[in-house]
Amino acid sequence: MIKTKRRASHIRQTRADRIFQAVIVALGVVLMILVAYPLYFTVIASFSKPEDVLMGRVILWPRNISFESYKMVVAERDIWMGYGNTILYTVLGTAVNMVLTTMMAYPLSCRETPWRAPLTFIASFTMLFSGGLIPTYLLVRQLGLYDTIWAMILPTGITTYNMLVMKSFFQSSIPIELKEAAHLDGCNDLRTLLLVVLPLSGPILAVMVLFYTVAHWNEYFNALIYLRNRSLMPLQVILREILLQNQELAAGDGTGLYERMMAAETMKYAIIIIASVPVICLYPLVQRHFVKGVMVGAIKG
Amino acid sequence: MLAKQSTGQRLKRRLRRDVFAHWQLLALLALPLAWYIIFCYIPMFGVQLAFKSHKVTLGIWQSPWADPLFKHFSRYFSSYYAWSTIWNTLALNLGCLAIGFPAPILLALILNEIDNVRFRKTLQNVTYIPYFLSIVVVVSMLKLFCDERYGVINILLQALNLQALPLMESERYFRPLYVLSNVWQNMGWNAIIYVAALAGIDMALYEAATIDGATRWQKILHVSLPCILPTIVTMLILRIGQLMTIGFEKALLMQNDMNIGTSEIISTLVYKNGIQNGDYSYATAVGLMNSAVNLVLIVAANTFCRRTLNESLW
Repeated sequence: MIKTKRRASHIRQTRADRIFQAVIVALGVVLMILVAYPLYFTVIASFSKPEDVLMGRVILWPRNISFESYKMVVAERDIWMGYGNTILYTVLGTAVNMVLTTMMAYPLSCRETPWRAPLTFIASFTMLFSGGLIPTYLLVRQLGLYDTIWAMILPTGITTYNMLVMKSFFQSSIPIELKEAAHLDGCNDLRTLLLVVLPLSGPILAVMVLFYTVAHWNEYFNALIYLRNRSLMPLQVILREILLQNQELAAGDGTGLYERMMAAETMKYAIIIIASVPVICLYPLVQRHFVKGVMVGAIKG
Repeated sequence: MLAKQSTGQRLKRRLRRDVFAHWQLLALLALPLAWYIIFCYIPMFGVQLAFKSHKVTLGIWQSPWADPLFKHFSRYFSSYYAWSTIWNTLALNLGCLAIGFPAPILLALILNEIDNVRFRKTLQNVTYIPYFLSIVVVVSMLKLFCDERYGVINILLQALNLQALPLMESERYFRPLYVLSNVWQNMGWNAIIYVAALAGIDMALYEAATIDGATRWQKILHVSLPCILPTIVTMLILRIGQLMTIGFEKALLMQNDMNIGTSEIISTLVYKNGIQNGDYSYATAVGLMNSAVNLVLIVAANTFCRRTLNESLW
């Protein structure tokens, strides 16, 4: 994805350089194993027979491949309810995020916007100082958002860092001549944004959608403090109950207690997979825009 | 005086013209600006709660001032857990900074040196994956892997004839586990920016170094590193600015009765006192102290970098 021009190949590598390359590759392999093994283990454990996992017989390969864990997850009602809620919050939340972020970033990127500097300061300052947990919590309660889906969507309306990245994308990647041309052709500011600037901003929009989607999908703390009604809970809160607080699972089809306990342990691996696959799949879709979109804003001039 | 006034007037006239001609831009700003005021600035004024005795019936603004004014702050500093929570917060974050900050730079340098394109891309993409996992999932994986009886780490330890360790349930292992799992999760993602910075280096510099007889190791030291230094400094300042804040959700999830001695950090304390016990004023005071230290840290880091390295955020 990131194109690095390779070294001039007509200069023959010295022996020291070849040894160096071997060391680098070895380091790379070690890193690869360290990062990938926990992921790999989670996958094979979720497909193995519970007993084998708990007895430590699953280390490198899955044993007695079974879909028992997945069958149990499918039977778990709460997980699907959480899944539904999370999808709702993610879609709605990301839509709100994109609209608000663009509405802020675009005017701040235009030179002709009145009071541009103080307005940018108002936004940037929130990255340095914030009211903190309690005043925000009390505000959400006072606004009547407590225990409604809006508590999951409005307080996270804009991520200032993302907004600034988007702003510098508009500044550096949209030629000012293009906007002037649009003006001469009779576009007002709004039409320029909608018909000229946004169609050219594919990379940054894709990256922002990725950022916000991942954030919403993985959000659990806001749900923990702002939501009470169980039917509103997103997936992450349900996961926390099952995975970390060892809440009793309803699953089981008449088999013995011991088997059920074991199955409940390995079912956790399957839950992890089911809960994470959607966001992981999102990345390859956005990947080709990635560097272009992020780098512009991130390496600050 | 006269000239000054007329420039002022001219500016004012231009501003009026801009407001008139570009009212649409301002109209666009209205909604997000309202969001900023409501969700960022009103809570900022809400920190006055730290100096008040909160009464639920009166709300933030009407509640009476605390007497003495710094009552909640002195209560915190005279409590037995004050210094241990401050130290826990600092130690945890310094650990993350010391190990978590250089790790992506090293990864980027390794990636940059790998000649085999396919291996490089695979390594890069694999190291991204953990970033997309939620904190709940990462902590759950930690808990599953570290289980004293069934966890794969202890199974491996026992296979090596070593003692199984209660990793999650001990004060000693909380910080290493926290820091290492953070590195595991974020290293690949945070490396992106350095990889891109390295890719942007002019090849002529490397060629010149080669002709001067530099080995690859010397090229890393004298070409790659100096060229990405501005990026490193920018990231470092940003990182120092979060020194006291990050990691709250993860610490809360990893916390249990056995590791509370090292896992109780300032923000988990705020959560417990404020949200769980309803002691709003006190929790706000503790949180405010945290934000204030943060603000001082980022300003200091920025000033320091501007003076010594000539690089800064603002």
